[in-house]
Amino acid sequence: MKRGLLIWVPLAVFVALAALVLYGLFRPDNTVIRSALVGKPLPNFALAPIAPGKPGLAAADMKGGVRLLNVFGSWCIPCIAEAPQLMALKERGVEIDAIAIRDTGPAVQRFLNENGDPYARIGDDPRSQVQLSLGSSGVPETFVIDAQGKIALQHVGPINANDIDDILKAVEDAK
Amino acid sequence: MIAETGLAALWLAAALALLQLMLAAGGLWTARPGRTDRQDRASIEAAAQLIGGVRPVAVVQGLLAAFSFALLILVFVNSDMSVLLVATNSHSMKPLIYKVAGAWGNHEGSMLLWVTILSLAGGAIAVLERRLAERTLVATLGAQALIALGFYAFLLFASNPFARVNPAPVDGNGLNPLLQDPGLAFHPPTLYFGYVGLSVAFSFAVGALVTRDVGAAFARAMRPWVLGAWVFLTIGITAGSYWAYYELGWGGWWFWDPVENASLMPWLAATALLHSVTVLATRDGLRAWTVMLAVVAFSMSMIGTFLVRSGILTSVHAFAVDPTRGSFILGLLVIYIGGALALFGARIGTVKQGSTFEPISREGGLVLNNLLLSVILGIVLIGTLYPIVAQAMGTQLSVGPPFFNKTIVPITLILMIGIAVGPMMRWRRDDGQALLNRVTIPLAVAVFVAAAFFVFAWGAGLFPILGLGLAAGLAVASVAPLWKRNLLRTPLFTWGMVIAHLGVAVSIAGMASERAFTVEKLVAARVGDAFWVGPYRVEMRGIRPAIGPNWSAIEAALSVRRGDGSNFWMHPQSRYFSDPPTNTSEADILTAVDGQLYTVIGQADGSGRWQLRLWWKPWVTLIWAGGALIGFGGLLSLIGRVRRERKAQRREALA
Repeated sequence: MKRGLLIWVPLAVFVALAALVLYGLFRPDNTVIRSALVGKPLPNFALAPIAPGKPGLAAADMKGGVRLLNVFGSWCIPCIAEAPQLMALKERGVEIDAIAIRDTGPAVQRFLNENGDPYARIGDDPRSQVQLSLGSSGVPETFVIDAQGKIALQHVGPINANDIDDILKAVEDAK
Repeated sequence: MIAETGLAALWLAAALALLQLMLAAGGLWTARPGRTDRQDRASIEAAAQLIGGVRPVAVVQGLLAAFSFALLILVFVNSDMSVLLVATNSHSMKPLIYKVAGAWGNHEGSMLLWVTILSLAGGAIAVLERRLAERTLVATLGAQALIALGFYAFLLFASNPFARVNPAPVDGNGLNPLLQDPGLAFHPPTLYFGYVGLSVAFSFAVGALVTRDVGAAFARAMRPWVLGAWVFLTIGITAGSYWAYYELGWGGWWFWDPVENASLMPWLAATALLHSVTVLATRDGLRAWTVMLAVVAFSMSMIGTFLVRSGILTSVHAFAVDPTRGSFILGLLVIYIGGALALFGARIGTVKQGSTFEPISREGGLVLNNLLLSVILGIVLIGTLYPIVAQAMGTQLSVGPPFFNKTIVPITLILMIGIAVGPMMRWRRDDGQALLNRVTIPLAVAVFVAAAFFVFAWGAGLFPILGLGLAAGLAVASVAPLWKRNLLRTPLFTWGMVIAHLGVAVSIAGMASERAFTVEKLVAARVGDAFWVGPYRVEMRGIRPAIGPNWSAIEAALSVRRGDGSNFWMHPQSRYFSDPPTNTSEADILTAVDGQLYTVIGQADGSGRWQLRLWWKPWVTLIWAGGALIGFGGLLSLIGRVRRERKAQRREALA
């Protein structure tokens, strides 16, 4: 009897495998990479300023009050698309800091002149090192940081007009 | 017209595959056992006629598929841009070799190559195989036709290589410059020969299950195909590993990437199979297990191809992703693998038990080898698929080298002991005490070498030291079958085994040495700076632009000297291709007898310093030298086996 069952084990394994692969084939194509740090404190970092007249950004700056941390680049087209939404959030009283990825001062300044400047501080991350330590894999990404300096929410991709309410709610919840 | 003729040949070949399947099934059904004695002469004759048609049909089917593939190559050589496949993958100004290689450097063409090799293999069985029972052979060719039929359908309905485009473009899109490498032109066909060779083993297994004829004759018929496939896989994997090493510029030789795993899994299964098939051929043991492995080996080739082609797993190898085709191949997989496993479950209980043996015996050693290889195969499979499982559970992760290294390295070390001891054991039963006497010398060598490294190079790490010790012991043990023998009269397949096992020792010594003693330097260098890496002094003497046919590059001029030796120049490049825009690192590698100096140039920091990556990798070349030895051993073994089979056939013919 034992051998009788054993004979069918390979088929069972294969059927399970095929089901798994079928699932993999038809699952919604999800290539969004979530940060493992959501719900955890920000990693420590201190970035130099990049835009003239605008302070740089350190993790210590992000404590005491809910803030958004926007990861962007002046070279990034979706970042231009999300700029109006960031301006709208700023007008609703949300404080926004930013990390400029692989960027230069004049380019950032031009970007702010053309698309508006919602940022209180901008840190210079020329080699994406802080971006990677945050668990961010692309631009734009936006993190909601609560008053204790913990990451409350990670928004991957540009913020659409529809996303504003969700982000405001997250900011409210983090207070 | 050429393209249409090719398509017509393909349809005809598909029709013949259907005919081949029906003749085989009809013949076997009409003459099925238990009915024969009751049936009249006429239907026996009818069955004989049906069965008699199978071999010629298989031959013609193979020739038609080959004809179709030849026409595809011709269309590429002519640069007929009205054929969609040519327009998207070729260019009239390409060198001839890449035009020809372009025929299989794409999805449709490679599938046609696959089915061509499959059909030619079927034709070859039909012509060459005379010793297997006719019923089993017919069932095998029927199974072969069934597999081919699925892939013909896939080609004709979902991937027509001969489709026209109207209006025809003036010229084609060209081939990715990175793929314009002679190595890559022959890499896919090599692996395909391996995969398809395993399909023959699969068909033999299915044939033997259908007729319940699992025995020594079946094993002997299957063995050359398994050996041949295994040799091709070995060469393909070894060459692929070296290509990744020198071309990607990352300094590593194996990355546990899904595509690499996809080629490793069939190789592991085939390695297990070629050992168990020997037990079946020589001692008529391990019947069920051998059949199972034959099914698993080809299943792994198909699953590997599917995983890579469907885009289910993310890999550094970029492949075109197409869910429709993915589902089609998945359907074929379910039919073939599921069908074969179901047949296995239904039939294997009625296959008579083969001969038995004592645990301490050659058979026992081979069973141990099979179990360990299966465990490694299982680990690779789980590691490769686990990201999908995790995804299903809602977490995201990737499985990388730390997992594979921690799990596979210890098992491989145990496996090495098996490889060393196995060939010293006698068939059926052996005496433990006598065996211990035989292994004394290799054991002493292994312990001595490992102890020496422990004392003088403790920092190398536990596993590399064990690996080096065991490699030394295995190297001695692997030539033991030649001791006290007349070397000229030793059969070729024994030589093959010795050389292949020696190759394992050589390769693992290379891996352990690379792991333990590699010196890596990452520096920001100004012109005039000098660095020591291993025994070499590397001086940065200049940075200059360089230009090639379709790229421009930044090139470092490194002056390299070892001890008081003469000066060498090395020129690692950072290349830029404009069409399509791609950056590549062209490492410069200096090969010495005892290792390689590997240099890569990276980014500039804007203030006149350049990133340089320098590695000294002692004995790293042994990895691929060992791989080549393994493949060569397999080849000798194949020639030896085929020659002995021929002799036996002639003796039978005379008798």
